[in-house]
Amino acid sequence: MSVMLSVRDLSKTYGSGHEALKSVSLDIEEGEIIALLGPNGAGKTTLISTICGITTPSGGSVTVGGHDIITDYRPARRLIGLVPQEVSLEPFEKVINTVSFSRGLFGKPRDDAHIERTLRQLSLWDKRNAQIKELSGGMKRRVLIAKALSHEPRILFLDEPTAGVDVELRKGMWETVSGLKADGVTIILTTHYIEEAEAIADRVGIISKGQILLVEEKSALMKRMGKKTMRIDLQSPISALPEALGDRGLEIEDDGHSLLYTYDTAATRTGITTLLQALSDAGITLRDIHTNQNSLEDIFVELVKDGA
Amino acid sequence: MNWQAMKSIYVFEMVRTFRTLWQSVVSPVISTSLYFVVFGAAIGSRIDEVEGVTYGAFIVPGLIMLTVLVQSISNASFGIYFPKFIGTIYELLSAPVNILEIVAGYVGAAATKSFAIGLIILGTAYLFVPLDIQHPFLMLGFLMLTCLSFSLLGFIIGIWAGSFEQLQIIPLLVITPLVFLGGSFYSVSMLPPFWQTVTMFNPVLYLISGFRWAFFGTADVPVALSLLAIAAFTVICIGVIWLIFRTGWRIKN
Ligand SMILES: Nc1ncnc2c1ncn2[C@@H]1O[C@H](COP(=O)(O)OP(=O)(O)O)[C@@H](O)[C@H]1O
Ligand SMILES: [Mg+2]
Repeated sequence: MSVMLSVRDLSKTYGSGHEALKSVSLDIEEGEIIALLGPNGAGKTTLISTICGITTPSGGSVTVGGHDIITDYRPARRLIGLVPQEVSLEPFEKVINTVSFSRGLFGKPRDDAHIERTLRQLSLWDKRNAQIKELSGGMKRRVLIAKALSHEPRILFLDEPTAGVDVELRKGMWETVSGLKADGVTIILTTHYIEEAEAIADRVGIISKGQILLVEEKSALMKRMGKKTMRIDLQSPISALPEALGDRGLEIEDDGHSLLYTYDTAATRTGITTLLQALSDAGITLRDIHTNQNSLEDIFVELVKDGA
Repeated sequence: MNWQAMKSIYVFEMVRTFRTLWQSVVSPVISTSLYFVVFGAAIGSRIDEVEGVTYGAFIVPGLIMLTVLVQSISNASFGIYFPKFIGTIYELLSAPVNILEIVAGYVGAAATKSFAIGLIILGTAYLFVPLDIQHPFLMLGFLMLTCLSFSLLGFIIGIWAGSFEQLQIIPLLVITPLVFLGGSFYSVSMLPPFWQTVTMFNPVLYLISGFRWAFFGTADVPVALSLLAIAAFTVICIGVIWLIFRTGWRIKN
């Protein structure tokens, strides 16, 4: 595996004086999918725009496939496909023309077979001769993806590709992304939806206020930060915790019908065995037990809260 | 050079033109015909020959210039303003292209369109007045250079403009008056001496004068000076565009 994208101390201060990126560094391996998660205004779009040449960086450097994006911009940009956050398309243009145009703009010779494949893959082939203004929002977004894929990029940036897209289309988009990964395309996507990162990313980066707080393997992140909760349903309700169950951080829920126990999956002792023993000693009868893994969402909320 | 990109932009822009072919062609033809009816027939019948040419024929070069200047500017400015306005410029900025390729594509397409319109007006003129063009190749060369340089100016205006109103302002408030006052419909020698001097500061005069020379062999200023003026103007426009892209002015954050 080689490094596909390398961002070093990248910073960006807008003309307004707003510091949108504060010395961001990031390495991305060829063929991986990384999700950048962050609240509105975190700097996700600015990061992507700067890498792609739309925004001028204030400091730092970026290489794509080993090519510097400023001094060696042609080979760098040939590798990049960009699907911007805003849906910007020429309203009166035909779908197939605007997609073919993108291919030409990136210096690739005409290849009708590739364009057809791309449009079919995105379920746009039937609409190839439609004017863009006739398409639905979801279709327009797929046209943007088709444009980005028209020149066979090796690295694809998807800036909030599923924002405002219904659940079914979102699933379709995830399939497209997995298909691209199978072809070895490196993918960087930004999203608000945590389940999206959870569903398709290999690694997750968390960005807030122009800084990357952490980048980790999704599973490692879950493990490191992941807490589990165990809900214990009781045969008969209790009004207070017996002395013996003291300081285990147990919480009474559902009017005393259940107890909530939170533990760290990474700890050497989870305390489950002793807890169950203590419950039994206290004469409390259990009806059922459920455990629940914390989602990325909980991790995210926690991190951003700490980072604030 | 990314020839493919240049070609793609050029073709894309030309297709846009063909989509609105009727608007692009019909309105200049109609307005030119009106000028002929009003100036050529109504007024021209009361004016003797100007510098040995009938008045109807005399105004042909000026009329072509009037339309070609306005068309070059509006085509080129719209061509680059529109992507900026609807946001599709992101694609140009992220593509492996340099300024030269972008400008060649957009300005080339705009200049081609206004050149074609210039020829159509010339054809329309033949319906109204007999014309005997003395230096046809120079005339075409002059026309082409004018289309090119004013399309470059249009490109700059398109990048500068922040609204559709601003896009219209320069052709309307600057170019049209300069053309009217630059000897389109009269010979500068017909003016009182003071106004003759003032007119010498109007850059459009040099264009129209040179263009008319190619038609009839008569000019208000030496033809070499006309050529020099338009060459200098082209160079200035290219310089400004180079500076715009270097600094990212009005196109990049
Ligand atoms: N063109 C701009 N000029 C000034 N500030 C900007 C500009 N674009 C974005 N910003 C600011 O930079 C910050 C990051 O924005 P952005 O990168 O769009 O965040 P995200 O994509 O994570 O929502 C925000 O505070 C935003 O207001
Ligand atoms: Mg954004």
